[in-house]
Amino acid sequence: MGQNIKIVLAGEGGQGVQSIAEIISEAAYNSGFQSLYIPNFGVEQRGGVSVAFVQISDQSVDAPKFIIADIVIALSRRAIERVKPYIGEKTLLVYDSSVDDEVEKIYGKLGENRQLSIPALEMAQKEVHPRVFNIIILGVVVGVAELLEKKDVEQALERRLGHKFAQDSSLKNLNYRALELGYQLGQGK
Amino acid sequence: MDIKPIQDEKRAFMTGNEVIVWGALAAGADIMYGYPITPQNEIMHYWTRLVPKYKKDFLQTEDEISAGFTTVGGVLAGKRAFTATAGPGNVLMQEALSMAEMMRLPTVVIVTQRGGPSTGTVIYSQQEVNLTCFGGNGEGLRIVYSTSSHQELFNYTIKAFNTAWKYRFPTFVLSDGYQSKMREPVTIYDPEEKGITIEPTESLLGLPGTPGVERDPAHLRNTYNLEDELYNVVKSSVKEYNSIISKIVEYDTYAVEDAKVLIIAHGVVSRAAKAAISSLREKGIKAGYFRPITLRPFPDEALRSLVDNVDHIVVAESAYGQLENIVKNNLYGFNIPIIGYLRPGMGITPEEITDFVKAELSL
Amino acid sequence: MEVTAQPQMPKVWRAETKPHKFCPGCGHGIVLKALGKAIDELNIQHNTIFGCDIGCSLLTWDFFNLDTIQTHHGRTIPVLVGIKRVRPELVVVSYMGDGGAYAIGAQHLVSSANRNELVTVIVVNNTQYAMTGGQMAPTTLPGQKTETSPYGRDIKLTGKPMLGPELVASIAPEGAYVARGTVSNVMQLKNFIKKGLENQIKGNGFSFIEALSACPTNWRTNAAETWSFIENEMSEYFPIGELRTPDEKKVGEKRKVTSNGAKH
Repeated sequence: MGQNIKIVLAGEGGQGVQSIAEIISEAAYNSGFQSLYIPNFGVEQRGGVSVAFVQISDQSVDAPKFIIADIVIALSRRAIERVKPYIGEKTLLVYDSSVDDEVEKIYGKLGENRQLSIPALEMAQKEVHPRVFNIIILGVVVGVAELLEKKDVEQALERRLGHKFAQDSSLKNLNYRALELGYQLGQGK
Repeated sequence: MDIKPIQDEKRAFMTGNEVIVWGALAAGADIMYGYPITPQNEIMHYWTRLVPKYKKDFLQTEDEISAGFTTVGGVLAGKRAFTATAGPGNVLMQEALSMAEMMRLPTVVIVTQRGGPSTGTVIYSQQEVNLTCFGGNGEGLRIVYSTSSHQELFNYTIKAFNTAWKYRFPTFVLSDGYQSKMREPVTIYDPEEKGITIEPTESLLGLPGTPGVERDPAHLRNTYNLEDELYNVVKSSVKEYNSIISKIVEYDTYAVEDAKVLIIAHGVVSRAAKAAISSLREKGIKAGYFRPITLRPFPDEALRSLVDNVDHIVVAESAYGQLENIVKNNLYGFNIPIIGYLRPGMGITPEEITDFVKAELSL
Repeated sequence: MEVTAQPQMPKVWRAETKPHKFCPGCGHGIVLKALGKAIDELNIQHNTIFGCDIGCSLLTWDFFNLDTIQTHHGRTIPVLVGIKRVRPELVVVSYMGDGGAYAIGAQHLVSSANRNELVTVIVVNNTQYAMTGGQMAPTTLPGQKTETSPYGRDIKLTGKPMLGPELVASIAPEGAYVARGTVSNVMQLKNFIKKGLENQIKGNGFSFIEALSACPTNWRTNAAETWSFIENEMSEYFPIGELRTPDEKKVGEKRKVTSNGAKH
């Protein structure tokens, strides 16, 4: 069996869920994987929870959407409940520590290797900047998934934000630091 | 000569709607006429951004009726004209496409299926098979390619223009909302570098020379006074359509040699169906897969040649029996049970097909 | 069959398809004569595309020595817009009835006028749907009897007759040409049509001519009654003349809008 990983990302509009999904899937493609990203798009998406589906595989990807994910990243209180259909017996649920109580309420104890609470919001506020919260999450996903080379992620990040980095070089530092912080949080989990 | 939009091969990671635009550019499309509807909108968005660079044209019309009829006008004027639509827009467009069918006009339409009936969802379905294949008050003398990946979106968008202009039947690329919105790898290329010749176009109106003086006028109509006038026109179109079927039909098979269970799917669902074969075979079920790429004309002979030793046929589709009915029609006289895994407006995964087959066959 | 062109026939008429197939007393022949003469005078037979609808106008599909496309109810405008957009050197003439223009195809008329498309639209107003057997049309006069208003058009239930040129004149941008002529004044009608064609050729903008026309078959009128209906009843409701000409400059002028939205 080859490598094949299915990721669901969910959060509030504006949390950058779709950008993270786009960067990860593009980075995977740059690393030589087959990858497929599809946003959950519907009339309800405006004002609702935004969901992204990413698949990374060393073989061709079968269907655009899937049911049970390997990794689910839920970034907001509402997203915790919204992602329930995608959580199976082996799924790892990643979430921000600020919604620990919500996870407890909905899922109880999933077990140590099935849940990962990360203080991304707090870290963003204290150590970098709230605006790069989603980049920390990106780093976490890359760390957890253990499939992608960091340089490919940086390249995808560069393609997406390069024009902003060119205007303000401090932004580049900020994003790279956020990526590294997230990576450290997610690595080995 | 205009600037070539694509030189050499380029690997890319983009959405299906963007792929379609590159396909249309590669095919030498001249103008897009369009009206906004989700999920095809980004086709117009990408096209309009590239229009000045490649000296193309775009017109946003007042509705899909007009988008269809302006496309008809562009084709009559001898240009590779196309449009794109979905759902309720596809319904409105059938009036113009029926005219294209009657007059054998090489219109090219991209359909990005969304949920139905009516407004349905803006997301995804395979519920526009009947409408795209048989819409209008006619006989369905159309050519419909159902794509399953970005590579096919690119390849078949180019092919749609060529097929349309070569055989002069309205031609469709039947895609869906998933393919529109998802990103996956694709290789785009200049068709001529791959040995694909772009079919020349021809003006049906506005020909050289003064009509009635230097030549006869082109008097084109789709209305006839007498029953037998119309009968002869339609009969001759049907005859020509039937004569080109073997040159047009396309299909794909997998693991059919010893198959006892044949899973039939088209479009993006065929990816899930193909993936399900391996897991079914791991469980000892001799499953095979058949995928019509052209839904019109349907690869009937190919299908019939496969089913002699098949005990069960399973049709999986994101619609309530539109493909299943086509399959049944084409297997008339064969006594094989056909079971539908019918999920109107819902995506289908390999696991779902596997579970369904196991449950239905009590295995 | 040997056919000799009648001396009064416009040059662009196709003699092989004459006599034409319209009913005795029909106004189409007169409008088409005005159009034919205008085309002759402008010497544009070689590059004019004629488009017609279904309804009685479809009987013109082989009428002229012009490349011709017959399409559906109200759809000649988009078909010709589609042609003109990619072949701007052609002169395109969209010919239809009032049902096609003001009811089933109204969206195309309104939007193409608003975009100032370079097409010339000729609408034949005979106050009802003729080919389908005389039903009420947007242009049916108050009290007029038709097959679907057998007791006379009740404007409380069905609205007032549609004023097509007035509608177009109120929305078309500068450069548009809008006029209403009548089959009872062929010279004037021909001049309006000619100006409408010239307006397209010069690239000024949308051109629109309504022609008041006759349908004695469905009106069930004799010659005198037919003439009287056009000259008196129709002309009273539908004023003859030019509503917009491209040389008019509306410098600093703004249309006043009253509280109920009506324009002055």
